This record gives sequence, structure tokens and C-alpha cells, in this order.
Amino acid sequence: MSRPLSGAQTLLQGLGATLLDKLAAFGRGFLLMLSLVVAMPAAVLRVDLLFKQVYVTGVLSLPIILTAGLFVGMVLSLQGYNILVDFNAEEAVGSMTALSLLRELGPVVGALLFAGRAGSAMTAEIGLMRSTEQISALEMMAIDPIKFVYAPRFLAAIITLPLLIIMFNALGVFGGYLVSVSWLGVDAGAFWSQMTSQVDWNEDVVNGMIKSVVFAVLVAIIALFQGVNAIPTSEGVSSATTRTVVHSSLGILGFDFILTSIMFN
Amino acid sequence: MKKQTKIEIWVGLFVLMSLMALASIAFQVSNFSEWKERPTYRVSALFDNIGGLKVRAPLKLSGVVIGRVTGIEIDPVSFKARVNMAIDQSFNQLPVDSSLSILTSGLLGDQYVGLEPGGDEEVLKPGDEIEMTQSAIVLEDLIGQFLVKLSDSE
Amino acid sequence: MEQAETLIEIKNLTFSRGERKIFDDITLSIPKGKVTAIMGPSGSGKTTLLKLIAGQLKPDSGDVFIEGLHVHGLSRKKIYQLRRKMGMLFQSGALLTDLNVFDNVAFPLREHTKLPEEIIYALVLMKLQAVGLRGAKTLMPSELSGGMSRRVALARGIALDPEMIFYDEPFVGQDPITKGVLVKLIQTLNDSLGLTSVLVSHDVDEVLEIADYICVISEGKLIAEGSKEVLLQESTGYVHQFLNGLPDGPVPFHFSKAPYSEDLKYG
Repeated sequence: MSRPLSGAQTLLQGLGATLLDKLAAFGRGFLLMLSLVVAMPAAVLRVDLLFKQVYVTGVLSLPIILTAGLFVGMVLSLQGYNILVDFNAEEAVGSMTALSLLRELGPVVGALLFAGRAGSAMTAEIGLMRSTEQISALEMMAIDPIKFVYAPRFLAAIITLPLLIIMFNALGVFGGYLVSVSWLGVDAGAFWSQMTSQVDWNEDVVNGMIKSVVFAVLVAIIALFQGVNAIPTSEGVSSATTRTVVHSSLGILGFDFILTSIMFN
Repeated sequence: MKKQTKIEIWVGLFVLMSLMALASIAFQVSNFSEWKERPTYRVSALFDNIGGLKVRAPLKLSGVVIGRVTGIEIDPVSFKARVNMAIDQSFNQLPVDSSLSILTSGLLGDQYVGLEPGGDEEVLKPGDEIEMTQSAIVLEDLIGQFLVKLSDSE
Repeated sequence: MEQAETLIEIKNLTFSRGERKIFDDITLSIPKGKVTAIMGPSGSGKTTLLKLIAGQLKPDSGDVFIEGLHVHGLSRKKIYQLRRKMGMLFQSGALLTDLNVFDNVAFPLREHTKLPEEIIYALVLMKLQAVGLRGAKTLMPSELSGGMSRRVALARGIALDPEMIFYDEPFVGQDPITKGVLVKLIQTLNDSLGLTSVLVSHDVDEVLEIADYICVISEGKLIAEGSKEVLLQESTGYVHQFLNGLPDGPVPFHFSKAPYSEDLKYG
């Protein structure tokens, strides 16, 4: 360090330092996940804490998830109808809507909304709990914050996001039904029968649910990690909240591509 | 404790709603209901050309779905396409000399297998092979034939 | 000062954060049943010292013994067991914001004991009575003033009848009346419950009023320790400057080290 560095050297050093930083963050994130997994049994036993978190992450996300599901389904079938009607295949609008929702849009849009609604709240809450020394106080009261604070939130996210996405999908299909059958006059029988003949339980529904569980783990880990590592100032907490939304969104889209290429190849 | 009760009621509602959503997806949207419950029996057939037939395509009798394609492979001896199908157990009185053809629903729709019943007394049993098959109509071949005829007539 | 039994012993403790050495080879012992004050200017790491004692932070070297137990050699489980004997009053109070006053005080009881709800109710009221806030039991933490939340936190800190209690800057930013209330509370709790109190503070007047034993820390070193009579007799040096609040002395008024005339040269 005593020797003055050339521009290229400083650039290289900066690159290396950033890389090491990111790697260390990944390592800490992984350790956090391990300790959460270890704390799972304790989290399952604390039904009161779990219920509270299911309420906060799940029930409070219902309005946005249900409204978004309805509208996404309506838009999908409207667009689909306009394309399919040219081929005289407008009956296929039902199966098209259901397949797009179950395979892609439900898990992805649902998880994105969840990251914005519940993930950011989780980060902010934990960041504030740290900055107001509540986490330290728990430790001093001989209560493990991993078991008491982090694990119930983690478990609640894994339970609620798949359920929210199922409701998103169901409402999306209903929205598609409203637009194509009630409004555009597609035959109801053809709408449903095309759907059931095209949508496969294992391939489409179960794979979509696997996706949503993966996204739930991803969002929960990122949100908790950012909360735990937030700089305990108001600026630190707010930028950690932003990072939660940005990192989760990118993570969701990236993992979606990977999972899709494995599942629907 | 009052707050906790409210939370419990909401969480209960939440779970109930998601179960209803799951049920509607299972029974109304997907083919879950035909998946497990109904017993099926398996038959197979050899085709010269299956066109765009896919696994899970329906097997129809007079337009009614009675089974599904469960697998498509190449027969190692005849180099023809072997299509395996599962037929609903309730249709176990199909004559053994029924014939199969690969058809298309509409001009651009998906392909399916159509079953034309024969007249034999004997019925299809699990593991049987249906002998009489008609390949898919390949649009390119059809156009080719049409062009040949056109040039012949000139 | 008479020789009392030692409860907490700190030996050759060194701790640094990044490049900065916060503690450099500190050795001190905290007597049982007394109010011990650790004093020092802001930023001298007094809070850090409490966290080191409670095992929330690990020192670079050196040891902390509580009742003969080597704190940083204990397993996580053992540390948590040890912490049940500790109460800590944080600077901000650190009440759980989603629980009301009653539930905050009841929290450690509900988490660590299987007492029936009636007994918990009686215990919580007793603790709230001790800090004079029985009337505030249904309020939420956001509805309390700073002094009140500290008192609630104190009630929570003594809920499990700890053997020792740590106060992190209990007087900072409080009005004179609240300061007086807190001084009285710390004193009476210490005497009536037979607690060992460790007080981290830089409020000289209040500390002199209650502390039996005072340690002064500056720049990572233990500068002086002794009873207040001993410390007040010092007429020069850092302790004198600190206890009397003099603007200049061993701690210079100016932060910058370069001579003024040098700094004035532009560019």
C-alpha cells in the first residue's frame, strides 16, 4: 500500500475487493439460511409467532395479490382473444390464459408483488428493530433472535407465498372467464373444456407451485439478510429496503429462467 | 389476547381461501380429476407417421375423450412410431378390430387419435396392439400430391 | 473502599473495531452488590464494554469472568443461561414496539417460565409498581416519553429477578426530574433487590450521587478507579478535567493535530 498504485492497479484492486465483498456476502447469506433451517423446528412449535407472521406477510398481501391476479387474467385473455380470433381459435383463450398464469405469470408476478409488499416490510422492520436495539435486547433477555424473529418470518414467507400465488392464479382464471365468456362471448363450455384438456396437473400446476416455493425462499432470505445487515440508521434501513426489492426482483427473474428451462424443456 | 384471536381468524380464512383456490384449479382448470382416480388399461399401435401428435393428446371415440396418449417411441424392429395409450376402464368393450387414425381438430388445432370401432365380438384387452392405423395427414405431402396431379393434368 | 466479593472480572481485555483500538489491555473487577460506574467521554466504547461483558461481542484477546465463568469460552446455550441472570437497560429502552407496556414486561416471564397467567399478571404489576408506571400498562411504546420507556425497560430488566443489571447511559437526554427519578430507582432497586449494578455513563453529577465505585476509561485505557472520594481528591490530570467538566486539559480543546499556522496555508 505504501507504493503509489497505477490506475490499472487501483481498478483491478477495486474489482477484486468488490468481488471478495460480494463473495463474503453470499457466504453470510448462506450461513443465515443454514441457521434458519436449523431453527425451523423451533419456529414450527411457536404457533403464535408463526400465525402473526402469516397474518403480516400473507393476509396483508391479499388485497394487492387478488386485485393484480384478477387484472392480469383479464388482460391476458383480452390480448389472447384478439390474436386467437384471427385464427378462429378463440376457444383456446381459456387454456392460453390458464397456462400462462400457472406456468409463468402467477409465480413471477406474485413473487414480485410479494417482494415489494412483504419482503420490503420485513427488511425495514428488522433493520429498525436492530437500530432501536430491540434485537440486542432480545439477546440480553436470553432469547435467540434467530428463533424468535427471523425463523418465524422465513417460515411464514414459505407458507404464504405459494398460497398467495394459488389464489392469484385462481382469480386470474376467473378474470379471464369474465372477459372472454361474459364480455366477448366465447362459449363457456369450450372455454373450460379446452382448459382442462390442455392444463396438466403435474406438468403445469405442480411445477408452478415448485417455482413459487423457490421464489418464497429467495425473497425471504434476501429480505432477512438485508434487514440483518442493514446499517442501523434511517438511511441504511431505507437503502436496505430498496436492495431487498431490487435483488429479489432480479433473483426471481433469473431463477424463473433457470427453473423454466429445467421444467418445460 | 383479543388481537391474537383476530389474527387466528384471519389466518384461518386465508388458508381456507387458498384451499378453495387450489380446489378450483385442480378440478375446474387442470386435468387433476382424470389423473388418479379412474383406472385405465393400456394399448399400443404402430403408425407410419404420427405428424405432430404429442404425449397427453386425447384419444377420442365419436368425438368423446376416452383416453390419452401416454408415450411415443420408435419401434426398433419396424422403424415405425409406436404410440402407447391409456384408455379409461369404463370403455372396456371396444372391439379388437377397431382402427385408429391421427386427426386434427380444426385447421390449425392440435392433433388427436380417433378410434373407429370395428365389428368383432372379441374386445380389446390390456396390452393389446391395434393393427389397423392410418397415419396423420401431412400438409406438405398433400400439397405435393396436389401439385403433381396439377402438372399431370396439364 | 472495603474489600467486597468480586462478581465480574475483566482481565487484559483488548478489542478493536477495524483499525481503531477501542480497548487496550483493560483489567478491572466489579464488586458484588454495589453500584459500579464506568465513565468516559462519548465514543470511548462504554456500551461496547457492556456488550463484551454480556458476551454479545467477542474480544480480540483477554477474558471476562462472571462468577468465575469464562464468558467467551461458553457455548451459546450456556451464554443464554447466564444472561437470564442479567438485566440490561438500553439507551433507547429497546422495548418491543409491537407489544404494549404490560406485555413487554411480561415478555421475559412468558418466554422463560411456564407460570400461569394470573401469577404473571401479579408479577408484572409488582415490577411496574416498582418503577411507578402501573397506570401505563395498556400504553404502547410509541405513546411513552423517553424517560417512561426507560422505566418500563427497567421493569422488564428486573422481571426475572436478575443478579446483575447493566445500565447503558441511563441519563442521556433526560430532563432533571426524570434523571432524579432514575437515580432514585437505580439506588432503591440495587439496595432492595441486592443487585449488582453496572452503570455506563458520562453524567458526572448523577453518577457521583449513586456510584459506590467508579472506573474512568479514556482512549482505550483504564485511567482511574476507586470510590468517588478517592477520585474527587485528584486535582490534576484527566480525571480532574473529566469530573469537573473543564474544556481544556489533558484532552485538548482542538481536535486537529497540525499547528494552526500550518493549516492556514492554503492549498
